[in-house]
Amino acid sequence: MRPLAQCQVLLAAVLASIAAVASTSAPAQDRAGERAAMIETIKSHARSAPSAVGRQGIDPAVLETMRKVPRHLFVPEEQRSAAYRDRPLPIGYGQTISQPFIVALMTDLINVGPGDVVLEVGTGSGYQAAVLSPRAAKVYSIEIIPELGKRAAARLAELRYGNVEVKVGDGYYGWPAHAPFDGILVTAAASHIPPPLVEQLAKGGRMVVPVGAPFATQFLMLVEKRQDGSITTRQLLPVGFVPLRGGGAR
Amino acid sequence: MKAGRLLPVGLISAAILAHEVLLMRLFSIIQWHQFAYMIISIALLGFGASGTFVALARRPLLKRYPAAFAASAALFGIAAVASFAGAERLPFNALEIVWNPAQLGWLAANYALLSLPFFFGATCIGLAFSRHPDAIGRVYAFDLIGAGIGALGVVGLLFLVFPSTALRFVAALGFAAAALAATGMARHRWFAAGSLGLAATVIAVWLPPSFTATGPHMSEYKGLRMALEVPDARVVEERSSPLGLLTVVESPTVPFRYAPGLSLANVQEPPAQLAVFSDGDSITAMTAYGGDPATVAYLDRTTAALPYRLLARPRVLVLGAGGGEQVLLALRAGAEIVDAVEVNPQMIELTRNRFANFVGGIFSRPNVDLRLAEARAFAATTGERYDLIQMPLLDSFSAAAAGVQSMHENYTYTVEALRDYLAILKPDGVVAITRWLRMPPRDILKLFATATAALEADGVSEPGRHLALIRSWNTATLIVAKSPLADEDIAAIRSFAGENFFDISWVPRISASDVNRYNQLDQEYLYEGALSLLGPQRADFTERYKFDIAPATDNRPYFFDFFRWRALPELLALRTQGGAAMLDWGYLILVATLVQAAILSVVLILLPLWLRRRAIGRAVPRLRFGLYFLALGLAFLFIEIAFIQRFMLFLGHPLYAVAVVLAGFLAFAGLGSAVAARWMAAVGRGSAVRGITLAVVVIAFLAGTYLIALPSIFDRLLALPDAAKIAIALLLIAPLALFMGMPFPLGLSHVGARSEEFLPWAWGINGCASVLSAILAALLAMHVGFAGVVTIAAILYLAAPALLAESQGFVPDRNRSRAKPSA
Repeated sequence: MRPLAQCQVLLAAVLASIAAVASTSAPAQDRAGERAAMIETIKSHARSAPSAVGRQGIDPAVLETMRKVPRHLFVPEEQRSAAYRDRPLPIGYGQTISQPFIVALMTDLINVGPGDVVLEVGTGSGYQAAVLSPRAAKVYSIEIIPELGKRAAARLAELRYGNVEVKVGDGYYGWPAHAPFDGILVTAAASHIPPPLVEQLAKGGRMVVPVGAPFATQFLMLVEKRQDGSITTRQLLPVGFVPLRGGGAR
Repeated sequence: MKAGRLLPVGLISAAILAHEVLLMRLFSIIQWHQFAYMIISIALLGFGASGTFVALARRPLLKRYPAAFAASAALFGIAAVASFAGAERLPFNALEIVWNPAQLGWLAANYALLSLPFFFGATCIGLAFSRHPDAIGRVYAFDLIGAGIGALGVVGLLFLVFPSTALRFVAALGFAAAALAATGMARHRWFAAGSLGLAATVIAVWLPPSFTATGPHMSEYKGLRMALEVPDARVVEERSSPLGLLTVVESPTVPFRYAPGLSLANVQEPPAQLAVFSDGDSITAMTAYGGDPATVAYLDRTTAALPYRLLARPRVLVLGAGGGEQVLLALRAGAEIVDAVEVNPQMIELTRNRFANFVGGIFSRPNVDLRLAEARAFAATTGERYDLIQMPLLDSFSAAAAGVQSMHENYTYTVEALRDYLAILKPDGVVAITRWLRMPPRDILKLFATATAALEADGVSEPGRHLALIRSWNTATLIVAKSPLADEDIAAIRSFAGENFFDISWVPRISASDVNRYNQLDQEYLYEGALSLLGPQRADFTERYKFDIAPATDNRPYFFDFFRWRALPELLALRTQGGAAMLDWGYLILVATLVQAAILSVVLILLPLWLRRRAIGRAVPRLRFGLYFLALGLAFLFIEIAFIQRFMLFLGHPLYAVAVVLAGFLAFAGLGSAVAARWMAAVGRGSAVRGITLAVVVIAFLAGTYLIALPSIFDRLLALPDAAKIAIALLLIAPLALFMGMPFPLGLSHVGARSEEFLPWAWGINGCASVLSAILAALLAMHVGFAGVVTIAAILYLAAPALLAESQGFVPDRNRSRAKPSA
């Protein structure tokens, strides 16, 4: 058993050093080409999903932001090669990093501008916060799983997303100290929308909630608070699919 | 020959069946049950492979029969534990298959590992058949009776121990069979038997529990695993039975706050809760209650609270008590009496005893009665009449979303079920059913169609006047009223919906301007669907809808099967944009399983058979003989599975149905095979073909009679106590199964007389056909119902004897000389 164990230790050491070399060189190779291809995929998906997009397509500014965020640095080492494929990826702890197309849709839907303050519930990898960061004045993000939260905070700081603040905790109560929020993104699944979040949404603000099982976003819910304080929600399918054959439902 | 010589066959057969049932349980815990089903079906192909193996290595193995049997049985014991321990450590993620084809490789690795114990176990039985060509009926009898005892025994065992512990006992049973077989060895018999017996004891007692523990290897995407990632969350109680693994989790730092369908108008935070996960996924909450109804006021703002606006001080029946949320709502809403039924006794134990203080003793109140029963059986037998029957959400959203229940029979949402519920309502009573709202809608429209059909069957001319449908952003509640809804009811529904930002999708005298106000959909499919389903366009709408929303019936009780082939190309093309989330995977997995099983059958059985065709001899009509055993394998399982599905309703629980019907069929078929030789001698006048022909005529007659008579027999006897119903079920199964046990051994001895080399093939082909049949029966039942499946089985049985008959007339049966009753 002993020689075998030694072999394993040696092997692990070799693998670790290879991984270290790979990771230090990763930021150097920018992978801009892959990102550009990813943006093209998102655009083509968006063309076939009129329900969710609403306008002519996803806001070009959103796509421009995503063209700059190094998604491969937000996924675990072993998933890096797949980072720019249009698919969700596992990030551990039963959590995933959303599919780029869904990230684009959510960022488009929440529709925040340069002066806006955004709350994200469920930081996960930190990628969504990174995409929101250049588009908003400030992004506050809450993660329930300490390891994920700490990792995301470190990563965002390292990549100089200075206007993102991450804390580990219970997202149910929002972040009252910085409320109201012009946009709220709730990526952590819940059986209902926490009342404090609705309360902390500014008048005219938008909340986006992806709904579905892991690896399968079923629809996006958009919660809007009107100027009179009333709430409406809209359910948006990320796909152009009409359940009735042969035209409309009439 | 002494019966003791065949005892190891019975033991190993019991161990194989027990292992199969156990793997289902284990995989339902670490993965999801549809994958359990898929993996087991494929793993059973180990049977087929063993047929090939025994055929190839027949001579050397038979020369050392006791040693070969003992070794194979011992290998079964090792593989049973080791293959599961290995499989659960594979990085297989079922949810990722859509995105990552590499996952299919891990799935294949699962198959390969899990087929090992079946291969070794089946090798023992194949050897036994080859060793005793003169006593095939008796070998088969031991095989079937052992299997029956194994199937029933493991269900009993699972009430006592956790599945991972039960696995050790199954492995030990394999070693016990090996030890017993070793006593027949020529040399070193006591040494071999002693050490194998010791191994059995060691495995049962000493094996470290962590080796086969399920907890650490559960998919990290199951609700339980995710809940336990939260800081300070911990398991406070665990209960296991064949009905499932219940895990109670406490999460003091980040409370669960489980309240599906809660209005956006609600401002109250739900109180502390304990979450109860079933098999690590579906969640039901036990809510802390101190007796002050104000602390659970939020429940008034769920869609399920709607019926309480229509009824004052109702007598309520909750079908599916779970953690008690609906009982709490009923008490809060001022219900006079609450009867709740729950199928899982351990769930009852948790809410009524173990956590009674936590839930404020609501189940011990004088006006609350919690009963152990299945919904349909309770409805059919109760003498009470209710104002409200509440059917709450008990499955998890992700389970519903992935369509994983699609291949499961469900008798609670059929047309007949709704009629049963309506029958026990008081004249002004209502049934309220809450379901998750999926996009595009499926469940709710099917429910609406089912309710419409039930009302019409009860003679209601305008069902639309009896129905109301409201929805939140993630749930919908349907009201089915026994009498037409009155104006004040309609007004109450409208005000309830308005206060809570719920949308009305149907209410009598609805207009297009009422709908799609708060939770806006692209198109109000529910309202448009309701309109179409109540009007003359019903058939056209149902036909044009891309999901199957035709009402479920007791003959085709697949409420959760929405799959339609013609939507598949579109959804697959759109899979990376959300199309995958709209696919109901259960059905597709079933089809994929069938295709894989068919391919593997060809590779493992037919190909080697073809390659070795010379050994069998030219005189033997291989194809016809092969088809005979194929037909038997298919037909036997078709009838068995159709009966399991049919008896579910009668016996009140799927588990009882599986255990009783399986054990009944196996045991009585075993008896049939034991007396088959006598039947052939007496009734068949010594001809196997004639004996088989007469047996299949009896089978077809009995199956046909049951098909017609069973529903009315069940109706009359449903009120009897469980024990009586089980006895009646066995009595009904006995004659049919007795005759179904005959064609296989009679066919084997007929064929064996022509070519002993063919025996392992016959065994292998039959085994494979059984695997295909189990999957095929489930698929067929979805399309043609149970009646169709049984009819097909009867036709297969009737056609089978012709395949054995000699081509030129009735040639004297060479088997006659062998017909001396071995049994």
